[in-house]
Amino acid sequence: MAAKTFSGGVQVPHYKELTEHLPIREGPRPTEVVIPLSQHTGAPCEPTVRRGERVLVGQKVGDSEAFVSAPVHASVSGKVVAIEPRPHPLGGEVLAVVIESDGEFAVHPEVKPLGPLEELSPEQIKRMLRESGMVGLGGAAFPTAVKVSPPEGKHIDVFLLNGAECEPYLTADHRLMVEHPEDVVLGMRALMKALGVGRGIVCVEDNKPDAIEAMKKATMPHSELEVAVCRTKYPQGSEKQLIKAVLGREVPPPPGLPLDVGVVVNNVGTAWAVARALTTGLPLVERVITVTGPCVAQPANLLVRIGTPFSSVVDFCGGFASAPAKIIMGGPMMGVAQRGLEVPVIKGTSGLLLLPEEDALAQQPQPCIRCGRCVEACPMGLLPLLLAAYAEQGRFEEAESLRALNCMECGSCSYICPARRPLVHAIRVAKADIMARLRARRK
Amino acid sequence: MKSELPVVTSSPHLRSPVTVSALMRDVVIALLPALFAAVVFFGERAMMIVALGVLSAVVAEAGYQRLARRPVTVGDWSAVVTGMLLAFNLPPSAPWWLPVVGSAFAIVVAKQLFGGLGQNFINPALAARAMLMASWPAHMTAWIRPFDAVSTATPLAALVPKTGVAAQLPTYWEMFVGATAGCVGETSALALLVGGGYLLVRRVISWHTPAAFIGTVAVLTWVFGGVDGLFSGDWLRHILAGGLMLGAFFMATDYVTSPVTPKGKLIMGLGCGVLTVIIRLHGGFPEGVSYAILLMNLATPLIDRYVQPRPFGEVRKK
Repeated sequence: MAAKTFSGGVQVPHYKELTEHLPIREGPRPTEVVIPLSQHTGAPCEPTVRRGERVLVGQKVGDSEAFVSAPVHASVSGKVVAIEPRPHPLGGEVLAVVIESDGEFAVHPEVKPLGPLEELSPEQIKRMLRESGMVGLGGAAFPTAVKVSPPEGKHIDVFLLNGAECEPYLTADHRLMVEHPEDVVLGMRALMKALGVGRGIVCVEDNKPDAIEAMKKATMPHSELEVAVCRTKYPQGSEKQLIKAVLGREVPPPPGLPLDVGVVVNNVGTAWAVARALTTGLPLVERVITVTGPCVAQPANLLVRIGTPFSSVVDFCGGFASAPAKIIMGGPMMGVAQRGLEVPVIKGTSGLLLLPEEDALAQQPQPCIRCGRCVEACPMGLLPLLLAAYAEQGRFEEAESLRALNCMECGSCSYICPARRPLVHAIRVAKADIMARLRARRK
Repeated sequence: MKSELPVVTSSPHLRSPVTVSALMRDVVIALLPALFAAVVFFGERAMMIVALGVLSAVVAEAGYQRLARRPVTVGDWSAVVTGMLLAFNLPPSAPWWLPVVGSAFAIVVAKQLFGGLGQNFINPALAARAMLMASWPAHMTAWIRPFDAVSTATPLAALVPKTGVAAQLPTYWEMFVGATAGCVGETSALALLVGGGYLLVRRVISWHTPAAFIGTVAVLTWVFGGVDGLFSGDWLRHILAGGLMLGAFFMATDYVTSPVTPKGKLIMGLGCGVLTVIIRLHGGFPEGVSYAILLMNLATPLIDRYVQPRPFGEVRKK
């Protein structure tokens, strides 16, 4: 059977060989964790603990009344030493609960396994997802409880589990599928039960044959589950492209969502975390990340406590092999460059990538030669060269009419541009302006 | 951690290794088989014309940019490509100053005055060829035979007799390898196909424009190009003759002056093919490739305006 794929996109080097065969290890035991009160898409949390209070692992330290939000929990036991704005890996400073570890990692007494999935009702699962602070671990960190609660009238018939992991360097999902396929399947079934969906497909890129094998074996006992093999191409892991490749359905342009075509997509890491929450009762206090890049002494796939400073993670991996010129949270295609290593691992941290100078130097853009590579690469069927040109000239309304808002910022255009033009960056600028005007109009 | 702060830029943090200069260099490499063929058939004078064309283009670009106090960008190889293409479009008998004047015009007037690389609206080499054709028509049509340099007519002139030119038609094989009269770099279909194939394999160009261009010329000359009524034309001779291979692979595919979408590129090729055949069969010149491409260059903004990809998830309105 031919591997499934979508149109557009780019072939990127994988660089996964650094960590793809390394088993997941327990990460550092941090002496202090910083838990930002906003780690997700939606309303930020209010602190539910006070400075000086003693907290235990799994104890809620922040929550919100809003529907689209997710509580945050202590990942170590110890004392709350500060509730103050701290640098956030997504930029700026965000109110955070700082906990000094007592080194005991004592778990909160209310943390108990929920019992077998068969005995749980969809409502119980949804409540668990909400209370455990579950969010999409693929990067956008959208609250999972909201994702499995589609509005009235939307019929969902397929659940896709996203194991594409199309970002170069990252291997966390890959390792989870190879090492914990049963847990991934359990989490997937729990999410499907919450949604009431009868068909689930695990989607894996064909550069991970061992993961495909493991997931095929693990889904075997469940007739409602299957595995789909996707061609390795960036951005296969984008949910719209995944749905197109596997099901042939096209999600309508924004504000269209996968549920408009009857699909909900969740990430492999999320499914595994859901399974852990079910079987241990622990909320989302740790996740698997890939620490990698030419500047890391010992690249690794690590199970890391949320709130662990990047610096502790790097030290745990033997420090620098050489001085990094660029520090990236996430993968090299959509990851966020960091000012330093003092920021913490958050729920949306899929990896930590340290790049040397030769990969970090900004290249001087040359004039556009209209080669059309960006048009071919754009998985959203847009004209990046024109969008960027309008953006650079401040002609945002023209950019809007050319569907700037459809851009998901995958960066395929900037990657492929032989003139090194910062295309997706310019489009982001246009999008920000268009969104600001839309908000102003709504008021 | 070293003392300098880490570099912070927006994503992506990876870039494809293919750069503008790498693409242009690939075009130069792809033109080398045709240059080799030119030297085989027309001797060292072909080499001299190409060398002068390239030298003049590079000097003109650097000189203009120096005078205009702009960064000198000859390192991007685009001037080399323009100089080569212009020289390829001259007869082997051209006097030494023809490539010099032509390249300088291509670079300064057709390219730099419009803002340099990426800004010109017509193909610089073809604009210069048209200028030379208008200014020195005798020099531009003084064809010579391969090997012995005796004056002769081109196969196209013999293929479509318009002015009573009687000339011996070369064999298919001679036309395929390039042992016929014609411009320096256009006669050898074989060498140009090798170069064009290289560009396709290296994904420097896509198949759309050359396939549509050559295909259209083949079909239309077969249907309308014969003397014994419809469907009697010698289409094979038509696609081997004149500047079609050079134009289809190397000039109609010029990024700057052709459409950006695959569908637009097909229209580009189709339009070039139609115009070429009209000029060849009914125009005042035996050959129409260069004017066809120039006209389609002018149509490119229009094509790009109306031929756009379908945005993902959108349903085309009927």
